[in-house]
Formats: sequence, structure tokens, C-alpha cells
Amino acid sequence: MASSSAAAPAAKKKKAKTPSPQNKSIIKVAEHTVEVVSDPGEGAQKCAQTFGRVSAKMGNGVWTVEIIPAEIQPPPRTPPSTSGNRVRIGTKPVTNWGDAAHLVVAFNEQVLLHRHRANALNDDCAVLIESMWEAHDDEDIRKEWAAAMEEMSGKRYRFIKVPMEEQCLTVVDNPRKGKNMFVLGMLANIYSRNLDLIREQIEVEFRKKSQAVIDANLALLDLGHAWAEANLDFTVDVPIEPPPVPMVVMNGNQAIAMGAVASGMELCAMYPITPATSASHHLSEIFENYGGIVHQAEDEIAAVGVAIGSSFAGKVAFTITSGPGLALKTEFIGLAVMTETPLVLVDVQRGGPSTGLPTKIEQSDLLAAIWGQPGDAPKVVMAPATMEECFLCMITARRIAEAFRCVVMVLSDANLATGVQPFPRPNVTRDWIAAPLDLSPVPDGQKPYDWDPKTGLSARIIPGRQNGMFRATGLSHDEDSKIAYSPDVHERGCEMRARKMAVFQQSLRPPKVYGVDHGDLLVVGWGSTIGAIEEAVDRAREEGLAVSSLHLRFLSPLEPGLKEIFNRFTKVMTVEVNYSDDPNAPYITDENRRRGQLAWLLRATTLVDVDCWTRVPGHPLRPGQIHEAIRAHMPKGA
Amino acid sequence: MIQLGCSLLGSAIADDRSWEMDDYQAATARWCSGCGDHAVLAAVQRFLADLQLPPEETVFVSGIGCSSRFPHYINSYGFHGLHGRALPLATGIKLRRPELQVFVVMGDGDCCSIGAAHWIHTTRYNPNMVALMLDNGVYGLTKNQTSPTSPKGVRSNTQPKGAFLEGMNPIATTLGVENASFVAQTGDWVPDHIYAVLKAAYEHRGFSFVRILQRCPQYTDQLYLNAMRDSNTIELLVHPDGVDVPALKQIYKNEVYHDPADLVNAFRLAQLDDKIRLGVFYRNDDLPVYEEVRRVSPKTADEKIAILNAELDTYAL
Ligand SMILES: Cc1ncc(C[n+]2csc(CCOP(=O)(O)OP(=O)(O)O)c2C)c(N)n1
Repeated sequence: MASSSAAAPAAKKKKAKTPSPQNKSIIKVAEHTVEVVSDPGEGAQKCAQTFGRVSAKMGNGVWTVEIIPAEIQPPPRTPPSTSGNRVRIGTKPVTNWGDAAHLVVAFNEQVLLHRHRANALNDDCAVLIESMWEAHDDEDIRKEWAAAMEEMSGKRYRFIKVPMEEQCLTVVDNPRKGKNMFVLGMLANIYSRNLDLIREQIEVEFRKKSQAVIDANLALLDLGHAWAEANLDFTVDVPIEPPPVPMVVMNGNQAIAMGAVASGMELCAMYPITPATSASHHLSEIFENYGGIVHQAEDEIAAVGVAIGSSFAGKVAFTITSGPGLALKTEFIGLAVMTETPLVLVDVQRGGPSTGLPTKIEQSDLLAAIWGQPGDAPKVVMAPATMEECFLCMITARRIAEAFRCVVMVLSDANLATGVQPFPRPNVTRDWIAAPLDLSPVPDGQKPYDWDPKTGLSARIIPGRQNGMFRATGLSHDEDSKIAYSPDVHERGCEMRARKMAVFQQSLRPPKVYGVDHGDLLVVGWGSTIGAIEEAVDRAREEGLAVSSLHLRFLSPLEPGLKEIFNRFTKVMTVEVNYSDDPNAPYITDENRRRGQLAWLLRATTLVDVDCWTRVPGHPLRPGQIHEAIRAHMPKGA
Repeated sequence: MIQLGCSLLGSAIADDRSWEMDDYQAATARWCSGCGDHAVLAAVQRFLADLQLPPEETVFVSGIGCSSRFPHYINSYGFHGLHGRALPLATGIKLRRPELQVFVVMGDGDCCSIGAAHWIHTTRYNPNMVALMLDNGVYGLTKNQTSPTSPKGVRSNTQPKGAFLEGMNPIATTLGVENASFVAQTGDWVPDHIYAVLKAAYEHRGFSFVRILQRCPQYTDQLYLNAMRDSNTIELLVHPDGVDVPALKQIYKNEVYHDPADLVNAFRLAQLDDKIRLGVFYRNDDLPVYEEVRRVSPKTADEKIAILNAELDTYAL
């Protein structure tokens, strides 16, 4: 972004030899993947996100993934400082970040090297790179450039040197802030993006800045566009098929925040933690308009305690966190289970254990979510798989929590949290929104835990209702909420709290198999991997492999009918972003092998010998990787 | 007696119910005989009856400990929560149902050790509620371990040679927290004083922190023995804005006229260890109250839908 007010918007002087559009080759493809990478602060993210949003607005399928350095200010011009985005656009809806990029814009050769080393670039990737470093005054920089080029020489990358800095200097005095708009202009030209839409987007994003800043950014946009028009010999055409229904585009954390609003919940109690926090940032901006508040508590324990207090008082609330925070909330989750106080808890998973990989995706909290509380603590654990589901699951979660007087955990992850994807605009309805409090007197004889012995369900009583006074307690208690340590009372309480989860499970529909409902291999996944898994399955089926997949939204209790589905396949294998031992690694036997977390669960539940293929790279799985894993894991003789 | 509705629904509904002390009694208290908690419970029930607080609009929240059994013995709504975590629960209740009368009961381990973060921060949030910290200088329920308020040298099962460190001073600590708005001390053996402090605490707008010196006949029977036997060890802090119980003047000759608005003097008095001081150390009714700071105007479902649709427009393609 340009922050200089010394802008000279009219500075489009460098109209070089214009290769007439006819001379340009047009690369017409069904999908294309582009990455924009820079040092932090140079705005590659803003550039790529704007590109993604505008592409979505124009009607392309889009999926974006953030590339984030672990530190706020890593040393510049080093591979670890790489910051940016991948944007995959397609004619059809795009469900994952794909394999390798077809085009990359790099603000220096070191961040490019990072992508090269991560195998993120296609063998013949087009590389638009800032040219200023090659002949830089600083000899060290020149050497670094040469070494990087040497390292990448094994690939057939097509390097196109772009004088970004030189160009931007014609418009602003600090090109470090502004190159990203120049790059956006180039991308707009390459992909024929609608410039008016981009201008609109820039004006929205910079609405808090002065007009001079906005003008400078618009000038840089035009400059980049003109430069690409004059100097590049190709354009990319990803045809647009306008979606049949109205769409919205947002990232998973925004979707969770909006879904929370749509659910009618009015309190989010949280403590900041990546990658969950941005949901509460978003909520903090809008929640009060809806009569809701975000309470930033002194720690995660207090946050969940405040949420439970609010729920107990009648207003079901939620808390949002990530792994380390989930660990701290453990004891309170148990209290909510024991007192049957509704609670929605969102865990935006990151790499673990401990502080782990704060900004990176992992699916390692599944078993902690289900079993992590000492004592038996039955609850609902669900996992959205897409941005749309991030929105919808908050509404579902609030309703389940209330109807079943239980804890509902929503497991999102860093991939959903920061990824952007268009989805059909939700049609908000009244019954999504929590009903007003019922403060009528409690009928005589109704007990605070009036368990229906068959279902374990009971009606919740809230303060303010006459004739209903009771003392909720985390101690073992009877129907009257009286402390009772006798064996039968404790067993009965455990049974009732478990029973209602079984009742809930019976209300679920069996999951749908993606592909043919029988075959050699069934791949089972959960959470944000759905797109990559299904794309891999499609590719494998094209090769003639009898592979299908199944994606679970409810992990506890598990969706019904799994055993029956599994029995129709020779082999079942989970694909997950969590750690499992390679069965061929030293010391690993079938008995001591640590397995993927869903695999443990499925094995225990179905007694089927479910295998797993899992990775913890800190980035989303690529369909190509999964495709290879499918090939490698096809049952023998298949 | 009109059984329809609840006064929370609006003042238009007549409510001619009334409550005796017994009406506030739920389960029979199971504390040891001679435990100071009994006296506090009786004072609280008397207070509830005198103020005629509707039981259904009153919520007692506690942590875990002997003292935290309190809600089970009060016929109101109650939440017997987790060790150290009563205050977040109470804050949550107050944030979304500010019309409820919320009382918190904690032990000294509960409040000053495991729950210390919440004690500090709830003081700073300053929600409008009354917090009673029943300080027996020991962990009672878990059978005699050193507490942060155990005086140096007092023996326990975990520090059999005597507590290694000086005990904390909960009054001074609370006074040191930004936004502290009501800090008082009373003792279980002076029921009239408990009652008066409770009333002042309840009438205060904000977070009222009341430390109640409480005898544990089982483990710390010596702790307040002197205080009970020798009235000379006590000094009453009296003031119209704090408490002033004329009946006590017969017993306690030492009294100091202390204006609870005077924070500097409150600190000085809290730090003197020559006498046990009972009364209101500090009171400031003008500090922002969290649930009021965070109050937002409620929206109907239709209003929410309209705003949400407008919001979704900004994400529309
Ligand atoms: C997380 C947790 N840690 C420890 C305990 C065990 N525990 C129960 S009560 C208590 C201390 C009680 O002392 P205090 O808070 O002073 O209350 P009192 O019993 O003296 O009234 C402890 C350590 C617990 N219940 N939960």
C-alpha cells in the first residue's frame, strides 16, 4: 500500500513498446494457481487477497491460503520471512489450494527460494520477480541472488524480471509500500480482472486512509497494469461461469463470527490466541450492533467460565480458542457437562503439542476434544469442512447445545480460518436465532434434572423463574441437583448424560459416500481436507482405481452407519493432518503404532482395521500428495 | 400470593409474596459444629429476609471448599462451580442478566491462591456483585494444608514445621487493584457486624469484596482465639458511608473514624498489624461497573436478521 502523499497519480509516462494484444499468447485453462510473496509489511497478502476477492466477485471459483512467517518481524530477505498468499482460481468452484503454483510474483529472490524449497511451484512456473536485487549495490545481495538462481536452476521456471521498484518510484517515494498495488495491477492485466471492481475494493480497504493515499494506490494499480500490458507476452484466461445463486465470500473465521451472530448468541468470551483470534476481531467490530459483546477475559479459564455463567443464566454463550487454550478450559468443560449447562466451544486448531505451530494448520485436537476431560464427559464434537459450514455449524451448535443441554465443540482449523472461499449466500431465518428467555414459573414438581429415563433429556431451568430454584453443582448429584455420592445416583447421572448423546446420534443421517458406495479403498476424512481428498479421489478414479471417500462432520458421537459403509470396501484409510507413525519406521509395530486420531476412533467404534495416512507439514495437504498416498495404499490385488 | 410472572418481567406485575429467614434455607448445613461458616450463613439469611430479595432473582455462586458449599444451603439459584473459578461464572451471569442479584462465596485458597487471577481481574472489571471471602487461613476441605493467608509459622500437613512465608494481606492486595471499589473486613464471631457490612456491600454499586475472618475449629482454632477473647485486639472502622453498629460499641472500645473515600488512609490501616480492623476500608460508588460499561441495546430477531442481511451484502459477490 502506498502511504506517501507525495503521489503523482498521472505518472504513467513509461509507455514502452506495446506488444499488440494479438502478439500475446492466451493461456486458456480451467484453473490456475498464483502465489504472491514478499517480506512482511510489503503487502503481498493484501495484494493476493484483493485479487482473490475480485476473482470471486467476477464469478471464478476461488480458494486462498495464507503463507505466514512465524514471527512478526523476521529478518527481511530471508526464506523464513516469506509472507503472502496462494490463490487458486477456477471456472468451477475451487475446494482446496491445489498442488503447485503456475505463476508466482516474488518481491525478492529469497522469498521465492522459500516457495521453491517448499515444492510449491510447478516445474514450469512463471516467475515474476523484482529485478532490483540482481545488480544491487550491495555485493552480498548480488551473491545471494546468484546463489538462489543457482539453487533453482534445476527447474524450468520461466523467469521474468520486473523492475517493480524502479516503476513504483515514478509514482511514490517509498516503493516498499506500494509495490503490492503495482503487482495487483500486473495480475489484473494477466488475468483480465475487472479494474473497476479492484478500484472499488481498494477504496473499501483504504477507507480509513486519506484520499491522497487512495489515489496513490490507484495510480500504482494502473501502472502495474500498463507495465504488464506493455511487457508481458501472455495472459491467462480462466473462463467465468457465473454461479447460479447469489454468493458471498469470506474466510472461515469471519464465517464463524457471522454464524455466531446468526445463531442468536450474544456473548463471546475469549482470550487471544492464534489462529482463533481473528474471529473475535471480526466479532468485536460488529457484535454490538446485534446486542452482543465480546468479553476478553484474563485467561482462557475465565473466558470459558464467563461463557458458562452466561449460559447458566439463560443466554447460551460461546468461547473460541486454539489448542493451548483448549487445554486450559478442560476443567470448565467438565463442569458444563456435569451441570448440563449448554456451551459452544470453538477450537481453531493449530499445530501442537504445546505452543507448537501457532499459525499453521493441524488436526491434532480431535481426541483431546472428545476425551480430554478427566472423568466421563460426553459431548458433541463437530467439524466444519468448508467456509460455508463454518457459518452454518455455529447455528447448529447453539441449537444442539440448548436442546440437549450439552457442550458442543466445533473444531475448525487454521486452513479454514484464513482461507477465503465463496459460498451460496445464507438465507437467514428466524428459527436460527435463539428464542427470548422464558421466565415463566416452573410447574410444581419439575426438577432441575428431570431426566427422561429413556432419553436422558431434561428441561433446563434458568434463574429468574419462580419455583425453580436449584443449586447447580459439579459434584455428583441427583434429579434435584442434591449432592449425592451413592453408587446408584452417580451411575444414573453418568448414564443420563451419556444417553442423550446416543439420542442425538440417532437423529443424524448416515454420511454420504463420495463416489461409488463400494470398492477397494474408502478414504475417510474430517475438517478442512475435504476438497483435497475429493480432488485426489477424482484423479484416482480417472486412473481406474476403485476409490471413494467419506467426510465426517460429527466426530462425537460419530455419524451412524459407518460400519455398514466400511464393510462395502476392501480397505478403509483415514487421511488427516495429524501425526501417525509410518508403519515401516524403526521400532514401529502394529501394536505400538501411533495412528491418526480419527483412525483410532473409527477402529474403536467399528472394529474395522482402519489404516491411516497422515502428515503434519504445517500447511494444508495437496491433492497430489493424497493421490499418491491412495495409489500406495490400494489393497493388494486391487 | 401471586404466582404469575416474576418481578423481572416488569414492575407492573404485583408481587405480594414475602419471605421469612427460613424461606431462604435449602439443605441443612453440614459444616463442623463450631465452624464460622454457620454464623455467616445465618447473617446472610437474615440479610436476605430483611431485604426481601426474591429467591428466584438471587444467585449464589461459589468455588470449591468447605465454604463453597454455601449455595447449597441457600434457597435461591446457585452455582457451585470449580475451585478458584467462582468469579468468572458470576461475571458471566451478571454480563447477560444484570438484573439478577449475584453473591459469590469463596474460601481463602479458592480466592487468593488458585483463583488469584480472577480475584485481581474481577476487582478491576468491577461488576455489581457481592463477594464474600471466608478466610480461615487454611485449606479446610482438603484437610489442613497451608493457605496463602496462613500466618507465618502456622503448622499444617504440608508445612508441618510452620508456614515458611508471611501470609498474604487480602485487604491490602485488593486495595491495590485498579478500580477496587469496595473493600471491607468482618469476623464470623460478630454477626451484627457481618450483617452491617453485607448490607453496605449490597448497597454499594460495584464489586464489593468482603473478607470474613472465619474460625476453623478443626485446623486453625487458635487463629482468631485472641481476637474473640480480648476485645482490645479489635479496632472498628466506623463511618456513615461504611458501617457503624452502635451495639458493638459496648464490647469494642477501639474505634477509628475512617472515611472509606480515603484510599491512602485505607492502605495505611490495612497494613498496620497491631490490631484486627473490622469495617469498610474503602468505598467508591462512582467507578464504572463492567456490565454497564458493556451494556448494549438488545435487538429483536427481526432486527438481527435485517442487520445480518445488510452485513452479508458487504460480502456479496
Ligand atoms: C483444580 C482443583 N485443585 C484442587 C482441588 C482440591 N481442593 C478442594 S478445596 C481446596 C482448598 C480449600 O481451601 P479454601 O479454599 O481455603 O476453602 P475452605 O475449605 O477452607 O473453606 C482444594 C485444594 C480442587 N477441588 N480442584
